[in-house]
This record gives sequence, C-alpha cells and structure tokens, in this order.
Amino acid sequence: MSSNLGSMPLRYRVTIDREQCMECERCIENCSYGVFRRDGDRILINSRKCTACHRCLAYCPRDAIMLEEQPCDYRSHPVWTRAVRESIYNQARTGKIILAGMGSVANLPIIFDHLMLDACQVTTPPTDPLREPVELRTYLGKKPSKLEFRQKPNGDVELSTELTPNLMLETPIMLGHMSYGAISLNAHVAMARAARETGTYMGTGEGGLHPGLYPYQDRMIVQVASGRFGVNVDYLERGAAIELKLGQGAKPGIGGHLTGEKVSADVSRTRMIPQGSDAISPAPHHDIYGIEDLPQLVNSVKEATERKKPVFAKIAAVNNNAENVAAVARSGVDAIAIDGFRGGTGAAPRVFRDHVGIPIEVAISTADQELRNQGLRNEVSLIACGSIRESTDVVKAIALGADAVYIGTAALAAMGCRVCGNCYQGLCPWGIATQRQDLVDRLNPDVASKQIANLIHAWTLEITELMGAAGINSIESLRGNRDRLRGYMLDEGLLDILDVKSVGA
Amino acid sequence: MCGIFGVMDKRRQMMDGSGIREALSMMNERGSGEGAGYVAYGIYPDYRDCYALHVFFDKACESKAVIDATLEQWGTIEHDEAIPTCDQPNLRVNCTPWRYFFKPDASLAPGSASPEKDIVTNLVMQINASANGAEVVSSGKNVGVFKAGGSRGPGGSGGWPEDVADYYRIQDYEGYIWLAHNRYATNRPELWERPDPFNLHDWSVVENGKTTTYGANRRYVESFGYNCSTGTDSEVIAYLIDLLVRKHGLDISLAIRALAPPYWEEIDRMPEAEQNLNRALRFAYGSATMNGPFTVVAANPDMMVGFTDRGKLRPMVVGECGDRLYIASEEAAIRAMESGVESIARPAAGEPVIGRVAP
Repeated sequence: MSSNLGSMPLRYRVTIDREQCMECERCIENCSYGVFRRDGDRILINSRKCTACHRCLAYCPRDAIMLEEQPCDYRSHPVWTRAVRESIYNQARTGKIILAGMGSVANLPIIFDHLMLDACQVTTPPTDPLREPVELRTYLGKKPSKLEFRQKPNGDVELSTELTPNLMLETPIMLGHMSYGAISLNAHVAMARAARETGTYMGTGEGGLHPGLYPYQDRMIVQVASGRFGVNVDYLERGAAIELKLGQGAKPGIGGHLTGEKVSADVSRTRMIPQGSDAISPAPHHDIYGIEDLPQLVNSVKEATERKKPVFAKIAAVNNNAENVAAVARSGVDAIAIDGFRGGTGAAPRVFRDHVGIPIEVAISTADQELRNQGLRNEVSLIACGSIRESTDVVKAIALGADAVYIGTAALAAMGCRVCGNCYQGLCPWGIATQRQDLVDRLNPDVASKQIANLIHAWTLEITELMGAAGINSIESLRGNRDRLRGYMLDEGLLDILDVKSVGA
Repeated sequence: MCGIFGVMDKRRQMMDGSGIREALSMMNERGSGEGAGYVAYGIYPDYRDCYALHVFFDKACESKAVIDATLEQWGTIEHDEAIPTCDQPNLRVNCTPWRYFFKPDASLAPGSASPEKDIVTNLVMQINASANGAEVVSSGKNVGVFKAGGSRGPGGSGGWPEDVADYYRIQDYEGYIWLAHNRYATNRPELWERPDPFNLHDWSVVENGKTTTYGANRRYVESFGYNCSTGTDSEVIAYLIDLLVRKHGLDISLAIRALAPPYWEEIDRMPEAEQNLNRALRFAYGSATMNGPFTVVAANPDMMVGFTDRGKLRPMVVGECGDRLYIASEEAAIRAMESGVESIARPAAGEPVIGRVAP
C-alpha cells in the first residue's frame, strides 16, 4: 500500500433493520464477498465489499436488509464525474488497465427504445394468435437465391437445388455464447436443458465442452475462438453447429479474458489450459491475418465435420460493419452473429466495453442492407446480439433485418443474476459466474433451466402477439420489414441509416 | 374492401368491355367512387408485335418530347396517339392518357435472355422514377390499362367504374382476358397512376387487400433492380411475378406458392420430395412472401390466375361457363356478366386458381 489516496467513498451501503433482524445468519452464509460477519451477539457489516448482487436481500427472511447506492456524494461536476475520478484514483494506485464485468454502462441512448412497432387497425385486420397460426419457426443457414429444376422422364419437374444444412429453431431466440469457465457447469446445464425444452440452441463460448453437456450436444453451438481453448475434432463433431468467434461486442479488437481465479481443475481440463492461469485469447486468430484466410478456416472446419454442420462467424459491430459482414458472407459461413457494443462479458477492459463499437440496431440494419445490395442476403443468416433485453428488442431486431437473436445477460438474469457486474471475481453468490463448488451448488440446474425456458416461452408468446397485431403470421414476413417500425425522436441521419420512417410518416 | 374482377376466354374469343363494366359496377358497394381501372388483352391486333405503352402525361406539351426522345434511344416508335376519351360529368381529368406502339432494339440489351422485356422494364422504371411529368401505366404487347382516380368531398372528382369505363369508351375495346378493379380509396386518390390495375409488359395485377409485407417485398424486388414508384401492393406484386417467372424461371404455380406458401405444419406432413420443394421455396423466397389479407388476380397473354393469402382473409369466387373462366370478389359480379354461369366455386384458403388459354 503505497498511495496517499486513502479509501474510496463507499459504492454501496448495506444496513440492517435491527428491529426486523432475527440473526438467522442467512446473510452471512449467502454473501460470498464477505460483507457480513458475526461478532459476539451482533452481525457486523462491511459495506465496502458489497457488489449489490442482492443475494442477501433475496434470502433474508425478514426483509431486514437494505442497500443504498453511492451514499456519499462527491462535489458534483459535469465533466469530472464520479466515474472519471474513481477510475483515475484506481489507476493512480495500480498503474493497470481497469477490468469490468457485464455490458457497457455508458449512458448512451438505446435506439431500440426509440423504435415503435406497428399494429393493424381497419384497412388490414390483425391476426389472432389464439385462433390462427403464427409461425415463429426459423431456419438458420444458407438459403438458395434461386432454385433449379430438372425434368423427369415422365414430364414432371423436380427440384435439383440441394439445400445445405440449416438449424431449425422453434423460436428466433438462442442462448448466446458464454464459456464454461466464465459461467458454471450448472449454469451451462440449465441453459442446455432450456434450449432443448424450447426448441432452440445454446452457444458453448470459447471454453470447450464439458462431458456433463454431452447429453445436450444436439442443442449446442460449439465455438472456436482465437485461443482455440478446448478445440479438437471430437468437440467439433459434437456440436449441432460451429461458431468461429472473430470478435466480441463488449471488447472489439481484443480477445477473450478469463481470470485465473475461475480456472478450476475442471475448467482447466475442458479448456486444455493450466489450472489457475489467466486465459487471455489473442486479439486476432493467428491463422487469419487477412479476409482471404477466413475461407480456409471455414473450409477446414467444414471438412473436419463432413460438411454436415452449419458454420457461423461472430463479429463485433464496428464502424465498417457492412464491409466486414459482406466479406464474411463470402467466406462460406452459413450465418453471421453480430455483437453490438452493449454486448455482455465476464471481463473486459472498461475502456473497450464503454467506448468501442457501434449499436446493434445500426449494425444489423447496415449488414442487412449491404448484403441485399450485393445480392448476398440468402448466403447467410444474421443473428443479432448485444443486450437483447426483452421480446420487443427481438421483434425490432428482426424487423431491422436479423433472422434470430442471441440472448446472454437476459438468460443469466433468468437464473437469478442481478447484473452486479463482478463476474470476473469468480465469487458469484448466485452460482452462475463462479467455479467455487459451494457457490456452484447453489444453482439447481432443474430450477434454473425451468426459469430460462419460462423466459423464452414468455417472450415467444409476446412475439407471437406482437406479430399477430401487425397482421404478420410468419417470421420471414417480419424480417427486414422496416416499414413496420417508426423512429421516435431519432435524428434524420440515424433514420436514414436505419431506413426507418419517423413516427407520423 | 375493393372489388376485383377477371374473365378469360380459353379460346381467345373476344369480349367487348360493356359486360366487364356491368360486372364491376355490380360491386360498387365495395368501392368508394374514387377510382377504377380496366386491363384488356388482345385489344391491339394491328400492333400485336409492338409494346403498347400507355402513358399519363401531366402536361403533354412539356413531357411528351422527353418521352419521345427516351423511347427513340432504345428503339422505334411505330405509332403514337392520344388515347380516345370522352369527358364525363363526374370525372375530373388531371392528365392526358397517351399510347405509344414501340419496338425496342434488342441489340441494345446484349446477353439478355429476354432483351426486349429488359429494355421495356428499364424504360418503365426510368420514366416512372424521374420527375418528368410522365407515368407509364402499361407496357405489354397487345394489352392496355385504362384507369383513373377520383376524389370525394367538396370539389370531388368522381371516379365510379361506370365513369371510368365511359371516359375511356371501354365498350369499344375487344379482348380475350379482362381484369378490372373497383377502388375503395385509402390514400391520395388524385394520382391516376396509383389505382389498380398495375401492369409490367406481360403481367397485369389487380388486388383486393393490403399486405403487411409491402416494405419487405419492396426491399426484395428493389435489390433486383426494380423500382417501386407508386407505393402500391399491385406494383410490387407485378414485379415479384415478373422476377420469379421470367428471371428465375419458376412455373406460375410455384411462383404463387412462393408468394403465398403453405404453413410449415402442412409442409411437415407432405411426402419427402414435395416437402423438400416447399421448404426450398420458403428458404429462397422468404422475402418475397406476401402476408396480410389479399386476393390477387393476375394475367399475362396466356393465362389468368387468382390466389389469396393462406388465411383467405379476402373473398375469391370462381365461375366457369363454356370457355370462360371468371374470378371475382362477388358472385353477383360474375352473374351480372354471365347470368347462366354453370359453376361457382369458392376455393379454400391458399388454393390458387390457374386458367390457361388454349395454345
């Protein structure tokens, strides 16, 4: 400790209503950060350790615990904000890059919230999903742009175009890539079961595939990232599809970070790295230094799996997104996941998370338009990700041009995550972003999978209703149907890029 | 609302327009008296080898020279004239209907499988997209669209089917396929190019409906170089049919299936080869699929087809009598023209009607 900065003002203050408290010590048991301890006949509180994970509040039988954010004011200043000052104090003390968990906290407008959906009134009737079919079935993969037929000897024509493998989803919502390591095995098992129950798929992230997930491998999209952690031919063969991770929205331009605290014996085996070591993936794939190298990787992965599986690529949304997407679409991949700048992460440098990239709404629009302009739209499916928060975000993303979405943080929240953003510490008291067995054991995969399935089911119902109200009974009629969106309080430039009219137009 | 009507004679026997006028008027309660239109195949036998371009000029004196010059760049104008009209007390005329009989120079579209149609398509797109005071409303061989808009309220300009028919002297034309449209206005009625029918060379379209996928369908056809200038469903539908049938070589029955596909549940129950075909159609043409309520009647020189959305939210009645096939919104319209109609059918949702002229 060689700084004169002293301690920071408290971020949170935890208090106990002593009238209510019955000293059952559930707070002590539940808090993995060590906020509570018993001292004689009192429960003492160390608010400095609190992350606002709400575990103690959720499990206090008497509602005796209360939490307050930023109880201590700084002198207010519009430029030298609290966040700016605290970053400086931290870096002055440590000389290091500041790591942060979960998605961006930058207070920027959310475009989804400025897009309004359409509904039918008199000139067109709404469809009633309770009484008429509304199709959410989604196929991800290459589609032919044109069909070829041949004449049979008896005069009938038959299709000669061969369809390439597609993934069939019952709902356009998939569970995004979060690695084993970043999150626990129980969290993975819960997601896998939910994916099976709801007819969708989940991503493995870049951490390999734990044997505990083999029973669900037909619902897994296995990821090949720049660190190649856990990748071998057995891994590729187990997945329903393979995703090449080229970038991540929370940290465009750099590779994944898994802090050594979370590399347990089991994670070490699955990932094929030493126990306790930081797993920092390289920024580029070291076999892709130019776009022409990507088709080689795509082909080698396809050849390794006998061309039976769709291959996806995931990229972060950055300024030249349209160009990146058009380039990747030519590489032979079957789908492109685009991760917007609000995308989640277990750990990312704060400056990347909050300052690099572009919003997913814009990235999907420009990607869809560019692919259409170049006649490539059927070559790939587009998957939108990066803070898809509710069913309306899904509908809006699809209307802007996506085929489906990945959800990450929303799925974690369905398991109990309170978005406290301390995933990198490996102490997640909800048993999600941790490898500590006693914490992992808190997450019952049966219960958690039901919660995720409930969420997907509820969103699916809402999407069905929203589509029905818009008089649309199949998801492909929503896709890229930007006429059914209106921008509210968006500037002209942005409306132009989104190709969406203003409300009232 | 809107009322649509189509009739085809399988042996190309001619029908004059008076019966079609009667039939369309029979559905006046489906319209609002703000526009109607007719299209007839076989009306220009003397110019059967020329593309008949029907053009609305805002001001003929300003625009005609521009269009003449544009057409002459791409081919030869064999003949042109004002379309004969007869002023009607209830119809306020706001443009000059003109027709050109035009022969495109095929050598100017080298490498195309259908150079003349490519030239005509491009000319239509070009003329309609630019602010030159001219709109091409039909562009096929031996076919013509006759339509007008109207408006209600103070200073309204009428536009019931009878007004439009009498204005163009529809009874003077003889055709073997007729389509007609009685309009219930929902948007700016003054522009005469907006109401149905819509035509692009071979294909003509009348629609009763309002799709919920206009934007998606438009973005799809526009990526193939079509330019939607009127903002109407029928324009997009005509381009979709031209794209799927002429450019992509689909048989009309498959093209209709692409535009109004069966539900996945039905596809799942089909035999394997059929399942594969239907899946491929939905895969390839998801962006061309039309949704929302519609009944479409479309025609080209060899056929007339009718199809509805797969929920059949708008009516479609089919009548047959001798060599004649009728498709209409109302049985009464068919009976107005053919009181002794032999069979009347109401096809199930998603079941198309395809009538072909004898070769």
